[in-house]
Amino acid sequence: MNELWDWDAAYAVLPELLLAFLKVTLVVTVVSTAIAAVLGLVIAILRMSVPKPVAVVISFVGDFIRMTPIVVQLLFAYWTFLSVDPIIIGIAVFGIHYSTYMAEVYRAGIESVPKGQWEATKALSMSTSRTWVAVVIPQALRATVPALGNYAISMFKDTPFLLSIGVVEMVRAGLTFGGNHFRYMEAITLAGVIFLLASYPTSLLISRLEKRLAYNY
Amino acid sequence: MPTITDPDTVPAPRPAASVPAIKFENVEKRFGDNVVLKDLNFEVARGDRVTLIGPSGSGKTTILRLVMTLEELSGGYIYIDGEPLTHEERDGKRVELGEKAQKQIRKRIGMVFQQFNLFPNMSVLENIIEAPVHVLGQSKEQATARAMELLESVGLPDKADAHPLELSGGQQQRVAIARALAMDPEILLLDEVTSALDPEIVGEVLGILRHIADTTDITMLIVTHEMQFARDVSNRVMMFDGGKVVEEATPEVMFTNPQHERTQSFLQAVLGNGEDQIGTR
Repeated sequence: MNELWDWDAAYAVLPELLLAFLKVTLVVTVVSTAIAAVLGLVIAILRMSVPKPVAVVISFVGDFIRMTPIVVQLLFAYWTFLSVDPIIIGIAVFGIHYSTYMAEVYRAGIESVPKGQWEATKALSMSTSRTWVAVVIPQALRATVPALGNYAISMFKDTPFLLSIGVVEMVRAGLTFGGNHFRYMEAITLAGVIFLLASYPTSLLISRLEKRLAYNY
Repeated sequence: MPTITDPDTVPAPRPAASVPAIKFENVEKRFGDNVVLKDLNFEVARGDRVTLIGPSGSGKTTILRLVMTLEELSGGYIYIDGEPLTHEERDGKRVELGEKAQKQIRKRIGMVFQQFNLFPNMSVLENIIEAPVHVLGQSKEQATARAMELLESVGLPDKADAHPLELSGGQQQRVAIARALAMDPEILLLDEVTSALDPEIVGEVLGILRHIADTTDITMLIVTHEMQFARDVSNRVMMFDGGKVVEEATPEVMFTNPQHERTQSFLQAVLGNGEDQIGTR
């Protein structure tokens, strides 16, 4: 009963972990990544097109969000919006938190578009919106896909922080099982293995994408 | 090869021939403390082919970039067809024009760059029709038909669906020329268009530009190190040094009998000492 590893407990906890993984961890990761990807792009473009003082304010807010721990932000939002479902809080906080990182990635991606591309759009009298939509963003995105993917993985691995606001994601599910059966080792180990099995192939995919997408101007 | 000008897309009647296509008036350009151009005055008549020569750093490329509004004018005025390009004089003051007014004039000007600057995220065809469709408001069919004509005339009709980075430098530059011509510019700026190409490819690009020069009345302002090309295509050569025009002449005079000592030494350095380095075509 007290041996380090119990296969029966492992088999018993696995379905619960997988269920929490699919219902919470994956959903939060996918939805928050989508929010962060879109919001990050909006922030990056805004910062490059609004007057300088406004851009400074946007930068400051972004720095502020990046320089404070995500757990503090989760708790702050949770206690501020008590009537909101914690999973919604989680998705919003993860989305906004990571959008500030993504904005930096997009900024670098936009800056990696050679000056000659901008000059060509001007020589062709292209409008500002068309310049962004048809030329700059498609090229910037190619440069940013790998970094965006890595932030998505990083966010995925941060989802256990959700347990701080009572969301039953995979690790919380494991801890609950552990508390009920006095078997923590299997639950925690398997949760780690599931994270690894999901992250590792994704990161391989990203580095393959990176090679395929690179432009050689 | 079909001719470059399509009768359907010829722009509205142009101003009287006496109005210069390009006019520089007391133009000054500084980069920080570095004065690149100072008190520069010159005119380019409609249909002229003017080549700018001179040592690097003499401001030749800056002149093209000012006309394309890629650089901001530090002082003075540039007029296109007699209309101010970026700044005008109002009540004795130098006032910058609004973006809308600037764009209206900019549309008449096309530019081909040393580094081609094709959009790598678009196919060759998409590169060429992008501005005709979204800037000039042509239908996609109309723009495509014209683009195919232009690709034919630059010898790349089978590359419409290729992506720029799959093409050689010479091919990319030919596409860039087609892209600029698709906007039916009145003025075409050629900025060292062969400098990034392998020597054996230079000829094919210059051949196309010669053809355009022969078959259209587009005003051309050319910066090049290809003196033979300058001689073949241009009817005027301006020698720049230190941001000023030191000599201006027909290519025949400029290349056989330059008057200014600075021009003589420059041409000697560029062409070598041989007597007949520049033959005629």
